[in-house]
Amino acid sequence: MSKRILIKGNEAIAEAAIASGCRHFFGYPITPQNELAAHMSRRLPKIGGCYLQAESEVAAINMVYGASAAGVRCMTSSSSPGISLKTEGLSYLAGCDLPAVVINVQRGGPGLGSIQPSQADYFQAVKGGGHGDYRMIVLAPNSVQEMYSHTCKAFDLADQYRLTVMILTDGFLGQMMEPMTVESGQLTVDSEKDWAVGGKRGKRIVNSLFLKPADLEKSNLERFERYKLVEESEPLHEGYMLDDAEIVVAAYGATSRITRNAIDEARSQGVKAGLLRPVTVWPFPKKAFAKAAEHARAFVSAEMSMGQMIEDVELAIRCRRPVLLCSRVGGMAPEPKQIFDAILQADKEAAR
Amino acid sequence: MTTVFEKTPMLTDTVLHYCPGCTHGVIHRLVAEVLEELNVGERTVGIAPVGCSVMAYNYFNCDFVQAAHGRAPAVATGVKRANPDSVVFTYQGDGDLAAIGTAETVHAAARGENITAIFVNNTIYGMTGGQMAPTTMPGQITQTSPYGRDIKAAGYPIRVCEMLATLDGTAYCERVAVDCVKNVRAAKKAIKKAFEMQLAGKGFTLVEVLSTCPTNWGLNPVESLGWLREKMMPYYPLGVYKE
Ligand SMILES: Cc1ncc(C[n+]2csc(CCOP(=O)(O)OP(=O)(O)O)c2C)c(N)n1
Ligand code: SF4
Repeated sequence: MSKRILIKGNEAIAEAAIASGCRHFFGYPITPQNELAAHMSRRLPKIGGCYLQAESEVAAINMVYGASAAGVRCMTSSSSPGISLKTEGLSYLAGCDLPAVVINVQRGGPGLGSIQPSQADYFQAVKGGGHGDYRMIVLAPNSVQEMYSHTCKAFDLADQYRLTVMILTDGFLGQMMEPMTVESGQLTVDSEKDWAVGGKRGKRIVNSLFLKPADLEKSNLERFERYKLVEESEPLHEGYMLDDAEIVVAAYGATSRITRNAIDEARSQGVKAGLLRPVTVWPFPKKAFAKAAEHARAFVSAEMSMGQMIEDVELAIRCRRPVLLCSRVGGMAPEPKQIFDAILQADKEAAR
Repeated sequence: MTTVFEKTPMLTDTVLHYCPGCTHGVIHRLVAEVLEELNVGERTVGIAPVGCSVMAYNYFNCDFVQAAHGRAPAVATGVKRANPDSVVFTYQGDGDLAAIGTAETVHAAARGENITAIFVNNTIYGMTGGQMAPTTMPGQITQTSPYGRDIKAAGYPIRVCEMLATLDGTAYCERVAVDCVKNVRAAKKAIKKAFEMQLAGKGFTLVEVLSTCPTNWGLNPVESLGWLREKMMPYYPLGVYKE
């Protein structure tokens, strides 16, 4: 059975978390994610869950750390400045191999920036942000429907690989209302957590301190074995008019939707353009890009940041083709026309 | 042969790494004995801080989560909310609880979070080599207050029990010391009371224990106990601040 509803992106995430068995939410107010926490505060107390407004994002992520250590599915959400504060906790979660789901409804930066949409936290999400060697799976939905389905998937991936899964979204998608289908039976079952504390199961320790360098190295290497599995099994992408594209535009999240219009326009004018949208930005769909480089003459990276994802595009195609940047920042979004112009520019550049 | 003394099974056999004369070990034993007497070891989760007691997880015979510096009350909150049947305590030094973790401490107390904080006040950052702490007293010499804590530049120390006693969410807070047998007994009683109140669901409980750091105070163990009595106790009076 499925149900069709009209809902805001932020609220879709909240509903998906509840459908996935998440009963513990720890947050701190920040625009443009407030509807998410508000929805949790309405829903969770009615179903025996715990909504807790923490004193800061630092505290919220550490509450997630504690709740996850105790074996429950839990989540926190924030927007850019708040995610900066959470990075300490993200590093500790990784160091203890604890599953968690963290939502970033990005806004313009740096500093206090703006409350308008942005994609400028890409590096922070996919390259680290916190200290030490660690990775998060980072999902980049581009519709309200995907805000829901990605969040459901995030809880499963987090448990499966024992790591943090971040939903990297933005103020557009968070605030946007769209019809969405809620699939019943999407509720997934908690996996047995034989490492969780507090259950009379013998002495258990959740810890990231290793006094012997060789032990710490070993724990890092083991973790990276798991990351390797993720890189092999989990990259996701979506193509639009991609198979014969000579100019490939890379765009994720809200930008990928704007890009589709530009692709249509280019095609109508005889330019073979296509969209390659990373659905997971980590692991980055490297193979899809390498494959696209076989028929593409040039790439465009369309992003609401000053050239962050472009580095992953260049790496994925090993700089074999020119890659142009098409960007708006500070809470501004690119218009289809700007991306269309970038496609023509790339076409020219490839011909040189 | 009759057994007159036994180590509580709530402590593991791991040899403590604390310096000679350091009273962290005494405090560990008191907490462990209380957990055993209350028969709650199996459902207890301790939260280890960053500080000399970071490896408390190796010493206590119960589940443990090691927390980032100062975040133990937030981590404890997460554990307790996820599993309200568990008995949750944090074990924190003064830098951890009253400097970097002040917000987490105050708000866990304000929420009346049903957890117990064991607060070890030794007026100094022990683990990092003896820097000035939020509890370092006026005039006290440390590595980073080499001319004595100058209140004009460094401000005043924080009296944690007095501060937390003003909060409605604090159910119980008491300051004790472990300098002599009589006080050690009283300290154990306070710790037991804190855990009993947690078991009764009363809210946030904290026991501040005046503790020694011979290594960074530059005193021998016996002198340290004297210093604790003569210098610390007048500034940090023992007693129940909230009940
Ligand atoms: C974020 C962060 N800042 C600083 C440190 C370094 N550090 C380790 S222990 C410590 C002080 C601990 O002192 P205290 O809490 O008084 O406990 P004690 O060692 O005296 O028992 C500091 C600053 C750290 N580990 N993490
Ligand atoms: S440095 Fe001080 S507090 Fe730390 S173990 Fe040694 S004596 Fe104890």
